[in-house]
Amino acid sequence: MKELVIISGKGGTGKTSLVAAFASLAENKVLCDADVDAANLHLIMAPDIKERHDFQSGHTAIINQDVCTQCGLCRDLCRWDAISEDFVVDPIECEGCGVCYYFCPEEAIDFPVNTCGEWYISDTRFGPMAHARLGIAEDNSGKLVTLIRQEGKKLAEEKNLDLLLTDGPPGVGCPVIASLGGAAAVLIVAEPTVSGRHDMERVAELAAFFKIPAMVCVNKFDLNPDMGQAIESFARERDIVVMGRIPFDSAFTKAMVQGKTIVEFDGHCEGCKAVREIWDKLAQRLEN
Amino acid sequence: MIISIASGKGGTGKTTVATNLAVSIETDVQIIDCDVEEPNAHLFIHPDIEKVKTITTPVPEVDMEKCNLCGKCGEICQFKAILVLGEMVLTFHELCHSCGGCILVCPEKAITETGRELGVIEVGHRNGLDFVHGRLRVGEAMSPPLIRKLREYTLPGTLTIIDAPPGTSCPVIASMKGADFVLLVTEPTPFGLHDLRLAVEAVKILGILCGLVINCSDIGNDRVKDYAEKEDVPVLMEIPFDRRIAEAYSRGEMLVDVIPEWKQEFKGLYHRIEEIVG
Repeated sequence: MKELVIISGKGGTGKTSLVAAFASLAENKVLCDADVDAANLHLIMAPDIKERHDFQSGHTAIINQDVCTQCGLCRDLCRWDAISEDFVVDPIECEGCGVCYYFCPEEAIDFPVNTCGEWYISDTRFGPMAHARLGIAEDNSGKLVTLIRQEGKKLAEEKNLDLLLTDGPPGVGCPVIASLGGAAAVLIVAEPTVSGRHDMERVAELAAFFKIPAMVCVNKFDLNPDMGQAIESFARERDIVVMGRIPFDSAFTKAMVQGKTIVEFDGHCEGCKAVREIWDKLAQRLEN
Repeated sequence: MIISIASGKGGTGKTTVATNLAVSIETDVQIIDCDVEEPNAHLFIHPDIEKVKTITTPVPEVDMEKCNLCGKCGEICQFKAILVLGEMVLTFHELCHSCGGCILVCPEKAITETGRELGVIEVGHRNGLDFVHGRLRVGEAMSPPLIRKLREYTLPGTLTIIDAPPGTSCPVIASMKGADFVLLVTEPTPFGLHDLRLAVEAVKILGILCGLVINCSDIGNDRVKDYAEKEDVPVLMEIPFDRRIAEAYSRGEMLVDVIPEWKQEFKGLYHRIEEIVG
């Protein structure tokens, strides 16, 4: 079983539309949405949820006002300024470090486990899917990404499927780092803009840092062909395989509005043709 | 006043709105790019950087001469960043959240703090505009501590515009908390709407006033507007899809430089926000 993770650095370059299109084209795969912060793949996949689980991770301190003597030690020790003057913990600021809980002389502090999201195993018209929803304003997104990828791998092994297709998060921080470990390869979806290039370079550096082989494709290439070529040159200099160019095509948005992949929406449009070529190359590389 | 520009979904135009708003207003403006994972505002503002500061977060260092291998440090650490294994104390600096628990609990005072680099903060100017951004070190997982440091650069008495990262989890919260107004930028598509709902919920948890900019307003469908009306989120500006705008953006050019009429629109946007904040 091999895992291909689609990332981008910059948000909104077309990761999810591309993963959805690949879902239409690939055989024997499991889908995984690792953008747990702002998951979108389910909007195209319309998953039929088979299993629903709470995601528990981390702790939050709660001060029991009946026992608290307001000695102030917890406020002195807390490095997050999470405890108010009247000794109430702000759950958004609380880092879950447990220092207040450990040192409170009155044992007035509880430290329960957080339920900070849900994860799901689903069936879709393209095969099984592992996905999740992180609670609003929660942390631990990296742990949820790790969990959802593990569940995706388990699904693939159980069903004897040889590809895990993972829609990754934007950025270069915690959730992206969690989405890279153990992946066979990453495909970076770049856009030919100054910011697209800047962000692609950072995420390529991240993939190199973790020694994950990287490939790149440039979406909306015709928006700025010079910039597109500059991205491709940058990639080649760093042994990042250039997989192809996707033209700007309004069919991507139209397909999304209808809840379809671009392959389902219009298999003959320019965008779809380009995606199909990229997929053929990708499938070949993944076999080797 | 602090205006935080956020979106939920990435790539909807946060940076376009933040930078164009910043250069359109005739008052003292500071822009803080809090998208430390992928900062982009500098690509449009082109600030002269005058100060670069490396930001570190404290992590433990154990003096084995003093350590009695009692293991208390490993017990208190919630993040598996320190543990006693046989005759050794292992520290995993990249997992450390810098709470200081191990130092406090150590009976032999064997633990001191050293720094792990989070990234850099760069401060500069462009045509009277104050500019600050952070760049997370590639390989560093934790962006909120760097974002919190950036927020300390907020200048009192000026208008501060914060360019927030995408998503709805801790880095976004760190970029919105304490703002007077959150300006949400979305696109009228199913993905845009889905993530806008999450962003609006996050803003509500923080109890901050918010309004909406709809970018590429003539693509997709009307469901974002229906949602905004139902949730009482005012639509303060609409930017239609225009290939000229997209191409100018791709080159790092400002919308208000390419189509100067937009300057008036951004001024109007600011006045509407001022009216709402009061």
